[in-house]
Amino acid sequence: MPVLEPIIELGRGLFTTLRSMFEKPVTVQYPEERKPVKPRFRGRHVLKRYENGLEKCIGCALCAAACPADAIFVESSENSDEKRFSPGERYASTYEINMLRCIYCGFCEDACPTEAIVLGDQYELSFTDRKQAIYPKDMLLEAVAASQLLTPQKTEPGKFTRSVPEMKDPQD
Amino acid sequence: MTFASILEWLIKGFVWVMILLGGFAYLTYYERRALARIQVRIGPNRAGPLGLLQPIADAIKLIFKEELMPARADKLLFFLAPIITLTPALVITAVVPFGPEGLNFPLFGRVITWQIADINVGILYIMSIASIAVYGIVLAGWSSNNKYAMLGGLRSTAQMISYELALGLSFVSVIVLADSTRMIDIVEAQKSMWFMVLQPVGMVIFLIATLAEVNRSPFDMPEAEQELAAGYHSEYGGMKFALLFMAEYDKMIAICIIAATIFFGGYREFWFLQNTWFSVDQTPILGPVYVFIKVFILLFGMIWVRATLPRIRYDRLMAFGWKILLPLSLALVFLTATGILLAQEVNPLFMWGIPVVSLAAGFIAILGMYQTLRRKEHARA
Repeated sequence: MPVLEPIIELGRGLFTTLRSMFEKPVTVQYPEERKPVKPRFRGRHVLKRYENGLEKCIGCALCAAACPADAIFVESSENSDEKRFSPGERYASTYEINMLRCIYCGFCEDACPTEAIVLGDQYELSFTDRKQAIYPKDMLLEAVAASQLLTPQKTEPGKFTRSVPEMKDPQD
Repeated sequence: MTFASILEWLIKGFVWVMILLGGFAYLTYYERRALARIQVRIGPNRAGPLGLLQPIADAIKLIFKEELMPARADKLLFFLAPIITLTPALVITAVVPFGPEGLNFPLFGRVITWQIADINVGILYIMSIASIAVYGIVLAGWSSNNKYAMLGGLRSTAQMISYELALGLSFVSVIVLADSTRMIDIVEAQKSMWFMVLQPVGMVIFLIATLAEVNRSPFDMPEAEQELAAGYHSEYGGMKFALLFMAEYDKMIAICIIAATIFFGGYREFWFLQNTWFSVDQTPILGPVYVFIKVFILLFGMIWVRATLPRIRYDRLMAFGWKILLPLSLALVFLTATGILLAQEVNPLFMWGIPVVSLAAGFIAILGMYQTLRRKEHARA
């Protein structure tokens, strides 16, 4: 009967909401339960190292130039074979990112000639103070497995002359 | 009226107001949890075990919030409006019985009943108090000196006046069926059969009209967030807002208690459990439990409807109230009275004609609604 259709539709609507009561909730109980981020997620920056512990960053400041939010500040100094931080001539003696200015666009990643700066998977960035939002180099640098891999290292002369390594095309 | 009876009323009233205030707090929790489950969420579950302390946390937050008063508001009315809104919601259930006579107990030489005030015009008292509640809302809207609040208040009045008629008339068919306006008599008249069965269309009209009366979705025009910026309580904050909110939820509880009393047998058991252990005649302590269960289910119905139906357009709301509900409930009063007269004079089986004929009347109302909508559809096309 077409007359009763509105009433039947009303009932169907009510039934739909009632049925959804018995579905499993989609809520993620956040602090206890964390969903893994997607592979290309852009979280907090990480400064990568080579396997021998040397920093990939050579202090070229291309990331700072690429940054649309002007969040990165880089100051570079000269490497020597007695105190070597990274391959090649120079390394970043100061590397700061202001996490309040950063828009997590990933341009710094693209600009980096050595793939030193990578946007990682960490997204829990909260501060109680503006000063805390500025992450210095030691907070951004990747941790090392053993203490002899820490920079600066003493290296044999003439081995690390090339700043930019041979690289393959990125996979992901 | 002796000092002792005044003292009894005071104590019972105080206890009942405390129960209502606690009920308000936990109704908000219940609504949030039920709504969340319908929306495939979990709902508040952080404060305390299962989130049971959430209402208390909310209350503490509201108490410590800053009280704001608009600069050009009517100070006195702005202050009084939440109180005027809350009071009817608290006192309306004073005449509702919560337990059978068997549960009454003597104390200091007095018989304490499970009812605050046993007056013989109980249902009229409910009708009169129900219409007072609108004053607070209108005054809240007007004294805020805000056009949205004002509009919300006006909408609320218009809506309440329109649906009060249908509500009152569905009360009338209950009065006719029970042959009394005293609440205990109404409940006892439902001993063998709930009025829900005898007057199903009246019950539906009552439930719809009360949804409009307490400004619940889908009739929540007075506080439509999208168009009126929360309507009459948009200028309220802190504890004053809490009072308005409390009034709304206490009205929900009150309306559900009244619906349970006049259509679902009040403190009486399900009619098919009549002569078993579950009957309140044999186990009087079950009376308040039955009321609670019925109210709980009816409240779930309200939450369920809120989760399902979108807000109805204002002109349709008015047209529905005046053109459908009012004639239908008038017809129901007539049909009920005729049926009872026939049952008394000719054959008691005519009692069963009442639900059949009223369902037919409801069908005619739906037919009318359907054809009007059809005609409008044609006119638009």
